[in-house]
Amino acid sequence: MEKKIRVLVAKPGLDGHDRGAKVVARALRDAGMEVIYTGLHQTADMIVETAIQEDVDVIGLSLLSGAHMTLFVDVTKLLKDRGIDNVLVVGGGIVPEEDVPELKKAGVAGVFGPGTHCDDIVNFIKTNVKR
Amino acid sequence: MLEKALISRGGNLMIGKKELENIKKKQSDWQKNCYSKHIKTHSERQKKFVNLSGNEIKNLYTPNDTTHLDYINDIGFPGEFPFLRGVHPTMYRGRLWTMRMFSGFGSAEETNQRYKYLLKHGETGLSVAFDYPTLYGYDTDHKLSRGEFGKCGVAVSSLQDMEILFMGIPIDKITTSMTINGPAAIVWGFYIANAENRGIDRRTIGGTIQNDILKEYIAQKSYIFPPEPSMRLIVDTFEFGYKEVPRWNTISISGYHIREAGSTAVQELAFTLGDGIEYVKWAIKRGLNIDDFAPRLSYFFNSHNDFFEEIAKYRAARRIWAKELKKLGAKKPRSLLMRFHTQTAGCTLTSQQPEINVTRVTLQALAAILGGTQSLHTNSMDEALALPSEKAARVALRTQQIIAEESGVSNTVDPLGGSYYIEWLTDKMEEETYDYFDQVERLGGVIPAIEKGFFQREIAEAAYKYQREIDNKERTIVGVNDYTTEEEVTIPILKMDEKGEERQINRLKKLRKDRNNSKYERSLAALRKAAEGDENLMPFILDCVHSYATLGETCQVLRDVFGEYVEPAIY
Repeated sequence: MEKKIRVLVAKPGLDGHDRGAKVVARALRDAGMEVIYTGLHQTADMIVETAIQEDVDVIGLSLLSGAHMTLFVDVTKLLKDRGIDNVLVVGGGIVPEEDVPELKKAGVAGVFGPGTHCDDIVNFIKTNVKR
Repeated sequence: MLEKALISRGGNLMIGKKELENIKKKQSDWQKNCYSKHIKTHSERQKKFVNLSGNEIKNLYTPNDTTHLDYINDIGFPGEFPFLRGVHPTMYRGRLWTMRMFSGFGSAEETNQRYKYLLKHGETGLSVAFDYPTLYGYDTDHKLSRGEFGKCGVAVSSLQDMEILFMGIPIDKITTSMTINGPAAIVWGFYIANAENRGIDRRTIGGTIQNDILKEYIAQKSYIFPPEPSMRLIVDTFEFGYKEVPRWNTISISGYHIREAGSTAVQELAFTLGDGIEYVKWAIKRGLNIDDFAPRLSYFFNSHNDFFEEIAKYRAARRIWAKELKKLGAKKPRSLLMRFHTQTAGCTLTSQQPEINVTRVTLQALAAILGGTQSLHTNSMDEALALPSEKAARVALRTQQIIAEESGVSNTVDPLGGSYYIEWLTDKMEEETYDYFDQVERLGGVIPAIEKGFFQREIAEAAYKYQREIDNKERTIVGVNDYTTEEEVTIPILKMDEKGEERQINRLKKLRKDRNNSKYERSLAALRKAAEGDENLMPFILDCVHSYATLGETCQVLRDVFGEYVEPAIY
């Protein structure tokens, strides 16, 4: 049997808006993935550490406070610094269109705003997971 | 035991018994001869019509649906128990609702400019959005503040920032609402101290602090301390408020965030009123007299997409609150009336075709007004993308002004009162609220239910169901799962002053250097000692504020004494 895709759904920073993270976590689980949800108030260190400990294939970051240019990039930078290149990073939240190219350049492979169909996230992960 | 929702079930809404029998018979004939025949050839669009709370809505409501209602006792008159039709006898004929636009971003200087802009364009009350560090009681230069400065609100780390925020704004005349919870007592202290330093008597200032920690644990998640000390701080503000700052609403018991987190309208109503009752019980337990503090309790609700359901929700909320406060021993009419603020639902805004959000907001605003709100924030069309630009905020304000000045809906009180559908729905939502009260009671009360994750699970469940309905096209969201376009989004996005953070950090450094250090250290030590005991902390907090102790420093003292709350992660 094929190994299930393991996803860490993470809430970086102080933002408490967790509706989207929880909805996506459930949708991924219902799509047959193994999902670990970090809970709130995670630093980049905590997220990367959990990702390593849990041996995940994907990190899904959720942030609605507007601090994504700092906090998403902190995570991708730390992954690079630690030589981890087999984890797919995706993000979602309130992200203006003009920030997306820079986030992609920094290693956030997919960015999903309000109104995204859950299946689009599932399909994106299935297509792009690095293994 | 399930409590009967209504006060009396003796009478009927509008008509006599004989007439009612006649209507019943006619309706059954109509159903048979007219309706059933018609749908044989012209079927309805859906098999079942349901509202956002999942209640099935019938094809038609008639006097037969409201026969159990007694006009005098269950509906009544505005300004009188049970306040179903409104809290004031004249409602908007006397005075329009307060147009209070929630705003804040970047530094105090930038937000001050936005307030002046909104006031110039006719807003009638202020409402402060704080950034995340401030909401969590951290100064801008704290390591956990990284990346968050000014992002979803204004940064206020000290009395000095509050001074700048309200510079040139007549806080003796205008009221201010502040969305702050964990560190509410301290930020309120900044506001009071700023007024006093400007020579304004604290007894004359008006406004609101949100100060509702229960919904933070349930939904919004900007809590700091565990429930017990948090509740103590809140009761401290109740007591200090009615004695010292009598025009201030010391709490805004909030359903808004519960709804934004994904609850249904009924859950919003039930969980929020349950929280309200819990605060009253804690204050009574402290020994406060209910008629001293209850008149200063206020509420805050969401206005979502289902128009009539929202209106019924506000009406039901007023009736339940009046009844429950009476049961808790309130005697003054002023204690029984529920005043509330409304904000249109941020979670309904779409990033696709953002301009059409203006229409959503208009309908939601209209529902709040027909539901009798005391103040209103209308969201800007660009908020699914970023913080509102100046122009988008102005259009949102104009939406309220059009409803107020052009539509005529403010000409009479509770214009939908007596509608068979509205009265039936109001009653139904009230009944379901009492079902939730019973469930929470069985779990041991509000705080045990939070600790067991009851509310969090109920909300996550509803949020997921809603998303799935949209994904499966069982629910249409215009521009998202239907009526889409390929057109590129071209809406202008707010740009913040890039120098703001640096300016703020330099200001903090200078403040720490220039202030009287022995004075601020003494005030923090006194607060620590008081926090370890059981005195009212407000006077101690005000001393800290006046000595220019920062938000972070003051909060840290309380963190040391009270500890911090960690929630179970449930999805």
